[in-house]
Amino acid sequence: MTATESDDTTGSDDTTGSASGRSETAPVLEMQGITKTFPGVTALAGVDLAVRPREIHAVCGENGAGKSTLMKVLSGVHPHGSYDGEIEFRGEPVAFRGITESERRGIVIIHQELALVPELSIAENIFLGNERSTRGIISWGGTLSAAARLLRRVGLPDNPRTRVAELGVGKQQLVEIAKALSKDVELLILDEPTAALNDEDSRNLLRLILDLRDQGIACIVISHKLEEIRRIADSVTILRDGRSVETLPVRDTPDAEPELSEERIIRGMVGRDLGSRFPERRPYRGDGAGEVAFEVSGWTVRHPAEPRTVVDDVSLTVRRGEIVGVAGLMGAGRTELAMNVFGRSYGVHEGGTVAVHGKPVRTRTVPEAISHGIAYVTEDRKTFGLNLIDTVHRNISLTSLPGMTRRGAVDEHREQQVAERYRESMNIKTPTVFEPVERLSGGNQQKVVLSRWIHAGPDVLILDEPTRGIDVGSKFEIYTVIERLAAEGKAVLFISSELPELLGMCDRIYTMSAGRLTGEVGREDATQESLMRYMTMDTEPKVRT
Amino acid sequence: MTTTQDRTPDAPAPDHLPGQRSTGGILLDLARNNVRQYGMLIALALIVLLFQIWTDGTLLLPSNVSNLVQQNSYILILAVGMMMVIVAGHIDLSVGSLVAFVGAIAAVMMVDYDLPWVVALVLSLVVGAVAGAWQGFWIAYVGIPSFIVTLAGMLLFRGATQIVLEGQSVAPFPQGFQQIAQGFIPEMGPYTQYHNPTLVLGLLAVVALLVQQIRGRRRQAAHDLTVLPFPLFVAKCVAMAAAVVVVALTLASYHGVPVVLLILCGLVLLLGYVMRNAVIGRHIYALGGNREAAKLSGVRDKRVTFLVFVNMGVLAALAGCVYAARLNAATPQAGLMFELEAIAAAFIGGASMRGGVGTVVGAVIGGLVLGVLNNGMSLLGIGTDVQQVIKGLVLLAAVGFDVWNKRRAATTT
Repeated sequence: MTATESDDTTGSDDTTGSASGRSETAPVLEMQGITKTFPGVTALAGVDLAVRPREIHAVCGENGAGKSTLMKVLSGVHPHGSYDGEIEFRGEPVAFRGITESERRGIVIIHQELALVPELSIAENIFLGNERSTRGIISWGGTLSAAARLLRRVGLPDNPRTRVAELGVGKQQLVEIAKALSKDVELLILDEPTAALNDEDSRNLLRLILDLRDQGIACIVISHKLEEIRRIADSVTILRDGRSVETLPVRDTPDAEPELSEERIIRGMVGRDLGSRFPERRPYRGDGAGEVAFEVSGWTVRHPAEPRTVVDDVSLTVRRGEIVGVAGLMGAGRTELAMNVFGRSYGVHEGGTVAVHGKPVRTRTVPEAISHGIAYVTEDRKTFGLNLIDTVHRNISLTSLPGMTRRGAVDEHREQQVAERYRESMNIKTPTVFEPVERLSGGNQQKVVLSRWIHAGPDVLILDEPTRGIDVGSKFEIYTVIERLAAEGKAVLFISSELPELLGMCDRIYTMSAGRLTGEVGREDATQESLMRYMTMDTEPKVRT
Repeated sequence: MTTTQDRTPDAPAPDHLPGQRSTGGILLDLARNNVRQYGMLIALALIVLLFQIWTDGTLLLPSNVSNLVQQNSYILILAVGMMMVIVAGHIDLSVGSLVAFVGAIAAVMMVDYDLPWVVALVLSLVVGAVAGAWQGFWIAYVGIPSFIVTLAGMLLFRGATQIVLEGQSVAPFPQGFQQIAQGFIPEMGPYTQYHNPTLVLGLLAVVALLVQQIRGRRRQAAHDLTVLPFPLFVAKCVAMAAAVVVVALTLASYHGVPVVLLILCGLVLLLGYVMRNAVIGRHIYALGGNREAAKLSGVRDKRVTFLVFVNMGVLAALAGCVYAARLNAATPQAGLMFELEAIAAAFIGGASMRGGVGTVVGAVIGGLVLGVLNNGMSLLGIGTDVQQVIKGLVLLAAVGFDVWNKRRAATTT
């Protein structure tokens, strides 16, 4: 522990003398030469970041570029002394030893995984750890009225007594922001704020961030969605391999049109121009080309706890070598459909059949589904995909273990070879295949999950949001893998909320809305507008009695 | 016994070329990655050393080492099973009561019904399996939390024990049955001052150990993995062989290898192998690490959970027979608090409350730490009251060290 010198810097504010005399454009936050090393890895190498007052400052970079580490340094998660470099906030050097110290100065970070207690009310969550109380007794009146004021500020109409569990992700995100506002935030850091939100919630959130800026709160936004950066940011700092490559202005004045192109940002992130964001599709011409490999008919799923239908009479087909998209807003029933087909992993099956290569098959359990050549790659790799504490090679082999045995024992030799092979072919960035998966970046974790399922040798792959939370460079790699699978004759069902990637990758796209199939569009006819129209199509809600 | 790990046995070498790293670096990595296991091994060695000094050498007298093994065998058997339950993400509070229940059944079969002891033993294990299946059914297929099911089992089996025994102790048992806990393998061959079969077994163990080490090293080298530098490897082998030789000589200068030690070694080898190398072992780790992900990867979660509890039931039954054989009686109060000793052993030995982490060898080390403390403190004439206090503190310290170590690792990596 070498954080002793931090005492005098946090306590005194007359050390610099420049606090009062600085001009309006002097940065509110200045990080200089931040270097942070972990054993064997340099995560940050001399990163500079300057945020001006009343500015929305985007930070982007591929996964593993050091964005999260930089924010952890800033918020004190990595305490002062564990990194090199200087941080000045409002003209004073700061040395945070923990997240409470940075919050006291008005620097609040909202993580991608929201930190709310679902069983507590909105008001309780807002003031969690910061309770409105006198001598240890909570003042409920003060709590509720203050919470109501904050909720008005973020535009959330709900009652502050509502349990957070009853709110959707979009509203929960707003509660997080209200919580930040309750701490008198001066610099708000948002890590992938819209990753889990649908379009409408995203738009609301972005508008709120703009409002907050107009109220004088500086924001740092980490995002992979370049289009969002262009929409709201004033400037952007690009990180690559732990270095700050460049800081670019996005627009001249806060309300002007953006001048920076997405291509320009991508070039900074990957260090070169990406020729195309999607690989070229090659048709499959082998055995049984054009045959229907996967067919779902009349599939209906009931919610596991409530008497309502979440998937209603859905039928779809995927041919060999075909990539078929499923578009839909959150709650459209896409994941519910996929998981119910895949071994009844969600909800209650009410009807419908599956056929693989024209033969009807039963998929009542996951092993049964796997044995018929179906693979499902989850949208939530941390909860449903990976054993985070286990190694890369064991996560890859998990599904195929029974086929990797020799005299009853797992052949570790082969297991390692398989893992090494995928490390190479999928370009998984890890020191060794014995690294715990939790230490890998999101994109590399996703490649581990994909490797597992590719190695299981399925004929049908259901990919659920395979590029969620993944940077541009890794996305291209994942697209390339998907294209290769199709070119080898696999049938790929591609569920995604990002319309551009569906348009770029798929031969056909189904749309779902409120549990029903609302459209089927061929590659030639599909546009974002046409898909969006089908995705938002009203289907009458169906309540079972 | 080796210290093979179930988790990242090989030091991950951060982006450097394998084979080009300094000895110090490799050692550092090894220490970092195995700090828990080696830490407990070192702690065990220190505890043994301390009590050896405090008891003026009584602790490691051949007769006391035999005693130590026999005294702790049933806790070690339970600890191994408990480790597997905990790795799977569950807990079993019923094993103490099950020990009593199975002991009672065995006693009634042998004393009241005059069944041959071998038949009684086999039937007892079957009873254990059924009891485990009963609990496994509620946990795996009905979905009741294991804490509740086994809490119920704790009451249920304790009550059943009293019903079976009608509140009385039942004794005595046939000679053969008593030998399970009290006997030694028979002497053979000429008089040599030492117990001959024990020497042979010790020698076989050393050979097996060396073969296994060398093969493991070759295999690692063949995969371009970082291996220990050769001199260190030799040192490690010599140290391990020496440990086996010392134990063998100690036992051989008394009555030889206790029967129960053979049973225990067999169990540890078998279950250690299952956990490390069998598919079901991997599935147990995967379930404990992330149940949902394991399910979606095709692990038959219910069946695996069920089998883990059946296994625990059989091991509890075995421990019950060993305990009854040692006392030469079945009593209604048998096995009280055994579940807590077994759970403590598993956690001292490196299990994680969240599941997914732990090794069979670790459970044995944890059990030995407790056992040596028990035995050493008894030799020193420390009362059971103070013993409990000290064991409580040791458990707290061991797990506290682990938590602290993990937090440190989290802030530096």
